[in-house]
Amino acid sequence: MKIMLVDDSRTIRNIQKNVLKQLGYEDIVEAEDGVIALAKFAETSPDLCLVDWNMPNMDGITLIRKIRETNKTVPLIMCTTEAEKTRVIEAIKAGVNNYIVKPFTVESLGEKINQTLSKAGAGA
Amino acid sequence: MNVRFINPFIASICNTLETMCATKVTIGKPSLKGDNDGSTDVSGVIGFSGDAAGSLVLHFSFDVASAIASKFAGCEITQDHEDFSDAIGELANMVAGAAKAQFEGLNVSISLPNVVVGKGHNVTSSKGEKRVIIPCETEVGNFMVEVGMIIKKASESRQAVAATGA
Ligand SMILES: [Mg+2]
Repeated sequence: MKIMLVDDSRTIRNIQKNVLKQLGYEDIVEAEDGVIALAKFAETSPDLCLVDWNMPNMDGITLIRKIRETNKTVPLIMCTTEAEKTRVIEAIKAGVNNYIVKPFTVESLGEKINQTLSKAGAGA
Repeated sequence: MNVRFINPFIASICNTLETMCATKVTIGKPSLKGDNDGSTDVSGVIGFSGDAAGSLVLHFSFDVASAIASKFAGCEITQDHEDFSDAIGELANMVAGAAKAQFEGLNVSISLPNVVVGKGHNVTSSKGEKRVIIPCETEVGNFMVEVGMIIKKASESRQAVAATGA
């Protein structure tokens, strides 16, 4: 299980990484913007991506749309401070499987990751 | 500044610090920013645009910034740590995002964070609109949140004028 963390804040990526390690996921790819993420996605074929919305160069919603042009199934979780209903709907339309609003507790982050993975596994 | 914006910021400061830093914030009495207010060492700045425009600045001393960044990251983040600015910027991002979600009826975007580091600097706004200082008290020290917001959406401005009876 390879997981890609996309966020322009390294502090957030480190917090996410710690949660993933506690859940037993050690194979982690990191990207600090959408452009780098898109390249690493093609290179490493992750099994799950956690994607921030607000990032330089290419934002998360654009990244989600680009990933979905070629890959309809990989589980994508938006993890962002964008909390309005309109934004959540926009992200769901773009193809995210789950949505985490920052600030988040480590428990809720772990829960959403497990939830998303088990749903993806059940559907496969 | 329109007072409707103050409570969303107060709620988001408390929620962000409590959730991400396990730090309880006691909010003091907000006041209008004077010419001599707001000198600090570390400022996390986020801009707002869209139906309402303005900015948010989190003002910290070096000690308090470092203590809060460390609680956020879960490891010691001193002012010369490579993630110091990143942590302060991301906290500002979360406070701004959670606040704007409560700006009912307004579609607002936030900028990427900017962090200014330097002993005793000032952040000033060129537009001269009234800005509010919200004093924040925590067990690791005090900091200030500065907010200046104006409504840009025409229908909202008319409603605001009507509500004040002007
Ligand atoms: Mg971001």
